[in-house]
Amino acid sequence: MLRIPCPWCGPRPENEFRYGGQAGVIRPADPAAVSDAAWGAYLHLRDNPKGRHVERWRHLHGCGRFFTCVRDTVTDRIASTHKPGEAVA
Amino acid sequence: MTGEAARFSFLSLLRHGAGKTWARQWRDAQPKASYDVVIVGAGGHGLATAYYLAKEFGIRDIAVLDKGWLGGGNTGRNTTIIRSNYLQPESAALYEHALKLWENLSRELNYNTMYSARGVLMLAHNHHDVQVFKRHVHANRLQGIDNEWLTPAQAKAFCPPLHIGPDARYPVLGAALQRRGGVARHDAVAWGYARAASAMGVDIIQNCAVTGIVRDAAGAAVGVETTRGPIGAARIGVAAAGHTSVLMAMAGVRMPLESFSLQALVSEPVKPVMPCVVMSNTVHAYISQSDKGELVIGAGTDAYTSYSQAGGLHIACETLEAICEMFPRFRRLRMLRNWGGIVDTTPDRSPIIGLTPVPGLFVNCGWGTGGFKATPGSGHIFAATLASGQPHPIAAPFSLDRFATGRMIDEAAAAAVAH
Ligand SMILES: Cc1cc2nc3c(=O)[nH]c(=O)nc-3n(C[C@H](O)[C@H](O)[C@H](O)COP(=O)(O)OP(=O)(O)OC[C@H]3O[C@@H](n4cnc5c(N)ncnc54)[C@H](O)[C@@H]3O)c2cc1C
Ligand SMILES: [Zn+2]
Repeated sequence: MLRIPCPWCGPRPENEFRYGGQAGVIRPADPAAVSDAAWGAYLHLRDNPKGRHVERWRHLHGCGRFFTCVRDTVTDRIASTHKPGEAVA
Repeated sequence: MTGEAARFSFLSLLRHGAGKTWARQWRDAQPKASYDVVIVGAGGHGLATAYYLAKEFGIRDIAVLDKGWLGGGNTGRNTTIIRSNYLQPESAALYEHALKLWENLSRELNYNTMYSARGVLMLAHNHHDVQVFKRHVHANRLQGIDNEWLTPAQAKAFCPPLHIGPDARYPVLGAALQRRGGVARHDAVAWGYARAASAMGVDIIQNCAVTGIVRDAAGAAVGVETTRGPIGAARIGVAAAGHTSVLMAMAGVRMPLESFSLQALVSEPVKPVMPCVVMSNTVHAYISQSDKGELVIGAGTDAYTSYSQAGGLHIACETLEAICEMFPRFRRLRMLRNWGGIVDTTPDRSPIIGLTPVPGLFVNCGWGTGGFKATPGSGHIFAATLASGQPHPIAAPFSLDRFATGRMIDEAAAAAVAH
């Protein structure tokens, strides 16, 4: 089980959290204006990197807040976590 | 050596029993400068693809490359559940195509793949499960695929160790049974295809990681960079399971895939106690008994993407808890081993088989938690697709562009898993 440092609550066990996938996926401002390919890409295409991954988590069974996490997908080590809007190193 | 591998027979086994040592079952090939077809990934799907290309589509100038050893990926890590009772007609056609090939595979390959149609029982634990499984039974009947509904008592008669009493932590409200479903020996499937493909001239090249995909001025894929040097290819088929996103990124293609660790465990070996396969999607527990006597247990995936091939301990523990609640007598067993594999999941939990935006580059992926059962069928239709440059009719609905058109093949609805 991962120990995830919530930016507000500190380190907590993984089962207090909900994983939210790749961070920074931006919804097209006007969905009707974009092509099917662009809309499909927004919905379904993900980087899925082997290595550094910037991802979204939510401290569901805790403070309830969303945050950004930088994790290595090979070692599962967490490099840092950030409040929304904070710059990610 | 091309054509047939030295045949196994009762006589040949007898001779070896008398002390004759076994010959290598496939050549340890060195990479050539180029091939008609290069397949990335020597798992069951990649090896089967090479076999059918050589056997049925007349292409024998093929290399199958693997970064590790053949069958060392999910093929050698899975719990080998085979069934074809999927809901959507496209999936039913695909998995039934595979099941028909399983039924004759040992004979076809002259290699004992130990396919055993001992029946796959899928337990319904709540009202939603009952409705979903009955819908599957009816849909399968229309598709001509065997799948039947059992009462709890009938399920218990089919699988005596199952606990169906009123005090059951996970009550059994009924079960769907596919009698033709079962298991096979995972390594034998990889080895059988490797041996037969190698005998027809296919080069199987291990310890050869693909590190780049070479494209010409027009953008077409024309070869691969590897840790053993560049290899040219008229066509490239990627069959790299959990690493597909990494490989496709080498050609600039983003995929609708996320990779997760999926775990399994085996117990110490015991005498025959489990006559069939039992699946419980609701509590993520999958169990059968190998011919060596070990209970083979499948667990769930982690919540987060990973390439660690490990997985969280709590995931395996939750599955063991569920197994012991459903089969109280297994509480006394000890677990021998636990491992993980990296599975590539798509948004609709259906695979992707076919063309890509890059000419010359084809992909076979997205099998997620349930692609072992498809191995022969997947290899066959991917071979047809690579040979003709057009999707095989069974593969056509599983195109990559369905994630732009929206024509999903939704197998996720029932339980978000498809073992
Ligand atoms: C624990 C577990 C339980 C499962 N249980 C079941 C089940 O009961 N029933 C079922 O049907 N399915 C099951 N599955 C899923 C099934 O194992 C897979 O869908 C299937 O085996 C995939 O086969 P494959 O040949 O595509 O992939 P793999 O066997 O993983 O082969 C892919 C190969 O690609 C190679 N590769 C990767 N990157 C590179 C590179 N850069 N260069 C060269 N080679 C590379 C890898 O080394 C690997 O050998 C399970 C999976 C796991 C992990
Ligand atoms: Zn918190």
